[in-house]
Amino acid sequence: MSTASAPQRAWNHPLARPLGALALLLALAALGVPGFLHLEIKDGHLYGNLVDILHRAAPLMLAALGMTLVIATRGIDVSVGAVVAIAGAVACQLVGTQGLALALSAALGAALLCGLWNGLLVAGLGLQPIIATLILMVAGRGLAQLLTDGQILTVYEPASFFWLGTGHLLGLPVSLFVVAAVAGGTALLMRRTALGLFIQSVGINPVAARLAGVRTAAIVCFVYLYCSLGAGLAGLMIASNIRSADANNAGLLLELDAILAVTLGGGQLSGGRFNLAGSLIGALIIQTLTSAIYALGVPPQVTMVVKALVVFAVCISQSPSWARHARRPA
Amino acid sequence: MLELSGLHKSFPGVRALSDVSLRLFPGEIHALMGQNGAGKSTLIKVLTGLYAPDAGTMTLQGRPIAPRGTEDAQRLGIRTVYQEVNLCPNLSVAENICAGRFPRRWGRIDWAAVRVEAKRALAQMDLDIDVGAPLSRYSLSVQQMVAIGRALRDPAQVLILDEPTSSLDDAAVQRLFTVLRRLREQGLAILFVTHFLDQTYAVADRITVMRNGQTEGEYLAQDLSRLALVNKMVGAPADQVPARLDSSAPIDGEPVLSARGLSRQGSLQPLDLSLRRGEVLGLAGLLGSGRTEAARLLFGADAPDQGQVEIGGRARRWHSPREAIAAGLAFCSEDRKHEGAILDLSVRDNILLALQARHGLRLVMSREQQNALAEDFIRRLGIKTASADTPIGQLSGGNQQKALLARWLATRPAVLILDEPTRGIDVRAKEDLMDQVRALAHGEAGMAIVFISSELREVLHCSDRVLVLRDRRAAGEYRCGELDERSVLEAIAADPAAAPAA
Amino acid sequence: MKHLMGSSAFTAWVSVALMVLLFAAGAAGYTGFASVQVGLNLLIDNAFLLVIAVGMSFVILCGGIDLSVGSVLALSTLAAAWLLQLAHWPALAVIALVLVGGALFGALQGWLIHAFRLQAFIVTLAGMFLARGLCFLISVDSLTIDAPLFVALSQTQIPVPGGFLSPGALIALAVLAAGLWIAHFTAFGRTVYAIGGSEASAMMMGLAVGRTKVAAYALSGFCAALAGLLFAVYMLSGYGQHGQGVELDAIAAVVIGGTLLTGGQGYVAGALSGVLVLGLIQTLIAFDGTLSSWWGKIVIGGLLLGFCSVQQVVARASKGLASNG
Repeated sequence: MSTASAPQRAWNHPLARPLGALALLLALAALGVPGFLHLEIKDGHLYGNLVDILHRAAPLMLAALGMTLVIATRGIDVSVGAVVAIAGAVACQLVGTQGLALALSAALGAALLCGLWNGLLVAGLGLQPIIATLILMVAGRGLAQLLTDGQILTVYEPASFFWLGTGHLLGLPVSLFVVAAVAGGTALLMRRTALGLFIQSVGINPVAARLAGVRTAAIVCFVYLYCSLGAGLAGLMIASNIRSADANNAGLLLELDAILAVTLGGGQLSGGRFNLAGSLIGALIIQTLTSAIYALGVPPQVTMVVKALVVFAVCISQSPSWARHARRPA
Repeated sequence: MLELSGLHKSFPGVRALSDVSLRLFPGEIHALMGQNGAGKSTLIKVLTGLYAPDAGTMTLQGRPIAPRGTEDAQRLGIRTVYQEVNLCPNLSVAENICAGRFPRRWGRIDWAAVRVEAKRALAQMDLDIDVGAPLSRYSLSVQQMVAIGRALRDPAQVLILDEPTSSLDDAAVQRLFTVLRRLREQGLAILFVTHFLDQTYAVADRITVMRNGQTEGEYLAQDLSRLALVNKMVGAPADQVPARLDSSAPIDGEPVLSARGLSRQGSLQPLDLSLRRGEVLGLAGLLGSGRTEAARLLFGADAPDQGQVEIGGRARRWHSPREAIAAGLAFCSEDRKHEGAILDLSVRDNILLALQARHGLRLVMSREQQNALAEDFIRRLGIKTASADTPIGQLSGGNQQKALLARWLATRPAVLILDEPTRGIDVRAKEDLMDQVRALAHGEAGMAIVFISSELREVLHCSDRVLVLRDRRAAGEYRCGELDERSVLEAIAADPAAAPAA
Repeated sequence: MKHLMGSSAFTAWVSVALMVLLFAAGAAGYTGFASVQVGLNLLIDNAFLLVIAVGMSFVILCGGIDLSVGSVLALSTLAAAWLLQLAHWPALAVIALVLVGGALFGALQGWLIHAFRLQAFIVTLAGMFLARGLCFLISVDSLTIDAPLFVALSQTQIPVPGGFLSPGALIALAVLAAGLWIAHFTAFGRTVYAIGGSEASAMMMGLAVGRTKVAAYALSGFCAALAGLLFAVYMLSGYGQHGQGVELDAIAAVVIGGTLLTGGQGYVAGALSGVLVLGLIQTLIAFDGTLSSWWGKIVIGGLLLGFCSVQQVVARASKGLASNG
């Protein structure tokens, strides 16, 4: 093994590239928009673009956490957007009449059912993940629309419902704490139990994992459950933030953003090693991009084009054919 | 007609072919024989243009050739049919035969002409089937005929069949041989790659044996006795001193594992097997005799059609490897790349995996203990790795094998099944490994071990008892004292029509 | 029985039976349903979906998937509208350019998928984003089309026995016929089937796998662009929001029509029965008047699940048979 210098070793750290990209984006935004990085305290709360980015990225970060685990098992979940819509619809329907606690539990319960559905289709029936989750993607939004009768359900009370999406704690938005808790909990789960090891084994070599005695079916089912739960929580956050359930637009195209966040963070679409922190940074990169483009006055539709091009670039760079091309001159 | 001489081919770190020679005459069936890793498939790939040889010459009808791709080889008249029948099962028979070169009329495919041509190609082999039906509707043996039909659609000089009979039953094999004899009469030169003894003697005119990348020799089938052939394949010179076989294993006692009537269609005929504590049972036999299949059935990696396994006196049926592991079994697969090593994970994680899987979600031991355990195995088995954190994919094949062995040893099984654990390991490491195997069984651990190897010397060196398998069924069982290499070889080589099973 | 169920003809006939069943249910349940014009209207309203489904069939048959078709449709409508209204190009030139553009877009995706061995769904998912984003770069608002050729096509009614059809519907039927011909009478079509059956085998058989895959995606892009033009004629507008969810409808139509999502088996004709089944479901819901139209999406999702599960179960059963045979 060659003795790499300290900067080289730092660059090889799995988080180096995502962090570098984020820093670069922030720097460019700060150059283009004066006062972009400005922070101030008003009414006891911290305000500024940076806080805003973290706050808006929260639902995506939750979805990306779950998507990380699914992709690690060589799967994919394109139904997260539909689950967001369903969770929001359930919560807004029930919160007025049944109280906050029941509404929130019912919404999360519905999300869990969606995850179980996906998990059974993939692990039990053996359907390809893209197809299994495509079904929920198609039917799920319809379901959400049914729940809201095609209307946008606005919620006026109880005020405690809005705390999740718009409240503050210790001067920072509540959403940040929620994301931190979920991320921390996930990381602990991966490290302190054998789940991280099992998920990686199933993703890298499912045949060998099975022969070694790993419960591959249960692990696969679990990751889909977990992903949908994260999406459900994101749905609650969004519904709480916009104070309504919009079955048409809530979580629209969230799945592509989540997949992009995972790949930006260093996760491989072919399964195996995963990086939770990387996915979080990936989500932040996406949100920073959106916010910077908005602040720069560029039409927001440009973000879609940029995201697409970035996905192409990341996929190509991860492809084995590219690696061969790149190594040729060496 | 076709002559190869002095062929060399190397890959990084591996000498695949050294000084290989082969002669093929028109109107003959020539068998190419050898065990796994002997170099047969590399030689075939050179012939079909997939690899270019580093040195040596190839001539076809006197003219030198150097095919550089499958198209080249096909144009020269060298056609190959592979074991997996590389055709598209969803297309019709006729389409599979004509794909890529469809007869046309007015710019569109003329399906009537396609059917006519397909029938003609199959008629060469006296096969008359509905060529409009999808290929998947037919048995594997018919599919193979179709593959041959495709290969012979245009006039060919050489037909290479790569292990065509591995998945065929007896009747299908006979049909194939009838076809081959017919083609031979038409003047085709046929190269038939196999490791089945009986089939070779049934159909081949001449035999070339390969071992460890070299050709051991070329013989007329009628001149080479079965025993001599097996000698050449497994590399046991007939005049060696028989390996000593003393054993301190218990002769009687309750078996810790026994199998009765274990069978699976297409893989294994009903097999009885018993294993006692502290003993090493070796499974000997040629490739395809059913050793790996038997091991997988014992472990639950495949589900048996019939029969049952008894462990600790209770009859059990596993539905998954997990259940077998919980009952105290361990299985080290022969295909370590696809069924063993989790390449991107560290050596330590690979070693701990089975132990952790048995333990469930709670970590079976703290980080420090994990490290200590991994280091212990690394030292004990002599695994050459930069550290326990190195991804296992970076280790050499032999060291990967050792790490996988460590994985199973860590579970402290009552029964350990080792399938070709010494393949791809250097000589000294092989000796170490075999000593360890004996120590595990005869020492205080008292493990019951099933040891499978293609190298007869190793099986005899390690085992207390040897079970010989031939053609997917048991062909003889020998205890220490009764054993010597020659008698085992005879059991492996025995003509089933002549010698009764011991 | 397994043989019978396993053949793609079986699932294709199931969808035809479903179609007949739905039509009969509608005729029995609602007045005015049992008329030929209702059936013809199905074709008129879903002409664009039929064209996309034909293109999608080829992609799915060779084992891939194309999620960008809806966005390419929208991009085509907007590009056509912009060129016609703001750049004042002649209509025929616009049509030609849009069609070529669609084919090139598809070919680019196909090339990326093949050359870099990328997964089809992620490449076309990104392609979907790219096309949608390009739409909004051209114009955020809807652009009305009033070019004389387009308006004329929009209002023309071609009499057929029982009622009338639009030029768009006829074009869609022509595309279907062309698709059938390509699939069964050209080497390209047969190679598509071969790749879907076993890409590795197709390569070993010496078939032009790479070129065929790129061409299949190019065909899908071409069909999406053509569908966009038909849609532009139908709506007489170009808008970035057109065609939301069309890709999923197209995939559902292809699967319901009997094509296996794993590739290699199915009939291009299934696109017609699949589209008609989808159309009938929507029409039934509209006729009913009490059911929310979102039930349509749920039913489609359910049908998709049903067909995929059956395909999966049959595939596993026949694999078990083959290994014992």
